[in-house]
Amino acid sequence: MRDVSIIGIGQTAVAEHWDRSLRHLAADAVLAAMKDAGIEMADALYVGNMLSGLLTGQEHLGALIADFVGLRGIEAIKVEAACGSGAAALRMGYAAVAGGLQDTVIVCGVEKMTDTVNAETTTGLAMAADADYESIHGLTFVSINALLMRRYMYEYGVEHADFAHFTVNAHANAAANPNALFRNRVTVEQFVRARMVADPINLLDSSGIGDGAAAVVLCPTSVAKEYGNGQAVHIRASSMATDAVAVHDRPDPLWLSAVEASSFKAYQQAGVVPGDIDLFEVHDAFTIMSALSLEAAGYAERGKGVWLGRSGDITRDGRIPICTMGGLKARGHPVGATGVYQVVEVAQQLRGEAGQNQLPNVRLGMAQNIGGSGATVITHILEAHD
Amino acid sequence: MNIPRHWRLQNQRYSMVGEVCNRCGAKLFPPRDVCPECTKPAYEPYTFSGNGRVYSYSTIFQAPAGYEDFVPYTVALVELDEGPLVTGQLTDVDQDEIEIGMPVEMVTRKLREEGEDGLIVYGYKFRKPLLEPVALDR
Amino acid sequence: MLLKPNRDVGIIGYGAYLPRYRLPGSEVDRVWKDGQGGSPVREKAVPGPDEDTATMSIEAARNALARAGIDPSQIRAVWVGSESHPYAVKPTSTIVAEAIGAVPATQAADWEFACKAGTEAFQAAMAYVGSGMANYALAIGMDTAQGRPGDALEYTAGAGGAAFIVGPAEEAAAVVEGSFSYVTDTPDFFRRPYQHYPQHGSRFTGDPAYFKHVLASAQQLMEALGTTPQDYAAAVFHQPNPKFPERAARLLGFEPEQTKEGLLCPMVGNTYAGSSMLGLTAILDTAKPGDRVLIVSFGSGAGSDAISLGVTDRIEDRREHAPRTAIYVERRKEIDYGTYVRYRRKLHMH
Repeated sequence: MRDVSIIGIGQTAVAEHWDRSLRHLAADAVLAAMKDAGIEMADALYVGNMLSGLLTGQEHLGALIADFVGLRGIEAIKVEAACGSGAAALRMGYAAVAGGLQDTVIVCGVEKMTDTVNAETTTGLAMAADADYESIHGLTFVSINALLMRRYMYEYGVEHADFAHFTVNAHANAAANPNALFRNRVTVEQFVRARMVADPINLLDSSGIGDGAAAVVLCPTSVAKEYGNGQAVHIRASSMATDAVAVHDRPDPLWLSAVEASSFKAYQQAGVVPGDIDLFEVHDAFTIMSALSLEAAGYAERGKGVWLGRSGDITRDGRIPICTMGGLKARGHPVGATGVYQVVEVAQQLRGEAGQNQLPNVRLGMAQNIGGSGATVITHILEAHD
Repeated sequence: MNIPRHWRLQNQRYSMVGEVCNRCGAKLFPPRDVCPECTKPAYEPYTFSGNGRVYSYSTIFQAPAGYEDFVPYTVALVELDEGPLVTGQLTDVDQDEIEIGMPVEMVTRKLREEGEDGLIVYGYKFRKPLLEPVALDR
Repeated sequence: MLLKPNRDVGIIGYGAYLPRYRLPGSEVDRVWKDGQGGSPVREKAVPGPDEDTATMSIEAARNALARAGIDPSQIRAVWVGSESHPYAVKPTSTIVAEAIGAVPATQAADWEFACKAGTEAFQAAMAYVGSGMANYALAIGMDTAQGRPGDALEYTAGAGGAAFIVGPAEEAAAVVEGSFSYVTDTPDFFRRPYQHYPQHGSRFTGDPAYFKHVLASAQQLMEALGTTPQDYAAAVFHQPNPKFPERAARLLGFEPEQTKEGLLCPMVGNTYAGSSMLGLTAILDTAKPGDRVLIVSFGSGAGSDAISLGVTDRIEDRREHAPRTAIYVERRKEIDYGTYVRYRRKLHMH
């Protein structure tokens, strides 16, 4: 097994890109990453995407995008794991390089969500859940998280307002991220008064959807120095785990066991413990997911994830900074692309390119992408090359 | 129209017929043929009573396509008396009456209609029990 | 002249259903008559957005099964009478049969004859069991009637009904003494296909329709049986409003005491094919062994089925196994006219 590094990164802003189609967005990110890496050719392209078929009428993205970016003929495929598609595609690309099958691999996460309206988009997102046993009952993806949040509040005696800090932190960090969907700061008062979506989840608990694409270029670590002006980032760990898709099939709905499994496999691969991690790009699709992720990944005890927000531990000055460029909440959540955005942002931090959000002395960054309400979890730990 | 898909699930949806694992006795709903507890085959049909308690709930104001007629409606995780957790809607109940732990009973209602000219899909929902539970000797 | 099978049959189990929503007559009044109108009923039952004749029939049937105490696979006919079947083509009865576990070795069919679609299914069940073709048959009368907005019938067009399992008299909680049907071609109330709401002949629906048929079937049944109104503990008539059944009872010689128990329309409106049958369930909820009960339906078009029953001592045990009709009547949530319009899909969304 070879070590793998990231030698180039690229991203579009997350926004309502009325004038950019799905393939255009993908090309924007891929070409930027290729330029950053200083490559003109690649062996393979892995595209992470969830809803291209339903929302834009287009499947077969591997071949489509490879051709569109001028790489007609290379090996290419779409990878899908609901909102975990991005990191799942990275896992496949990583495996191909680590396993010696390919040398130069491009991974692109892309999602185009604004070509349809309301009910169709909501229906698409609900496909991350169990169609015959969850979605058929009119569940929306938001409501599945709302069921978890309400139970969490009931079991641990926590108030809705206690979740505010996840949102406040995300927005504070997005303010200086030119690619973020929302760049307004949010206060606790605004959080508490926001419009209800599926109670207890309100608008400010929920990540914003939009269009976007992000891409990375991978190569074996042994040759990374030859590329892209020495900005390589080493992938220290890549791991994936699954859980039951339907919340009701899990023996312990408030414990994200796939987060635990994927996180600890990653720590083991990297030979580290949670305390060694300098930043954590959490899958904060909803504030409840942040709390549950932090617990299962080993940063807080059960039921105490929320307190990391209150104590300030999650801010850029804190013990475990999360969502350092805005997270899903404020940078935005173009669902199938998110996992690659997270990795791009960790890379930016490790390379010292995070601008006003730059964390000092960062060595190890963790990115974790979740499909559905916790059924697929993919974790990567990245390290700055010396 | 998704006719066969819904037709296949009628037994489960109308009557809450699940499975019981012959090996470890776990009651499974919905039926899945491989017992998640002991990973052995589980094919024996078992009809659930439909009685349970609310484990969690949430009221939806923004519905997916096909459910707009029902807004606002409440979805819930219900812990059946026999053990499994199921997802379903609560019906015939006011929002302020709902609390975690409240007993519910199964009723058969319309889950959705595939448009004005398409299939009507029926299935289980849960409501506050009509009667106080009473021990009946027959 | 008496319609009675060779083998004695009776009611083995019975069950009611009413949705919980209620539209006060004063609401219809407020919107259409500026508060001047004068509703004939206090309020009417309105089905929720997730209910229809199939779902309501399933619950009533489950109640009847609980009281009957038989295995559903023993039911050999499932017959649903309604003028609001959810599909124009595709039977309600198979949905009910599947949901209660009576499939597949069963006869199933949908019946219609305006408000007597349920009692005619009952009479067919009498014949089916009475002929020895089967031991148990399920007959349901259920409706989610629609009134044209602004029309007089909007005050009363309600939703609800009842299910009866007919079986051998030796097992019955109420034995069928006999039946009579009186029909003529009288177009007092009708609906053409593709029309959403029915037409009716206003005052023509009274004497030439309701009263002519109800009085005739009741009188001819009692004559054939050799009974008089004084022999009955209770009587229930089709109830499109409170006045019609009260007048029919009076003209036939019944006292208000006898019709009190079964008169539900002031609280729930006219449940159409469920109307007289729902009233019968209320009577059975309080009847005593030895009581004689008369049920007389009326369906526009027009016809009336009259059935005479004798309550047995099995009634007291049987009725405990399902909710009394009064529980359904008392389970109420008041809604306003706007909510009612939404629930009944009177809004065109295009």
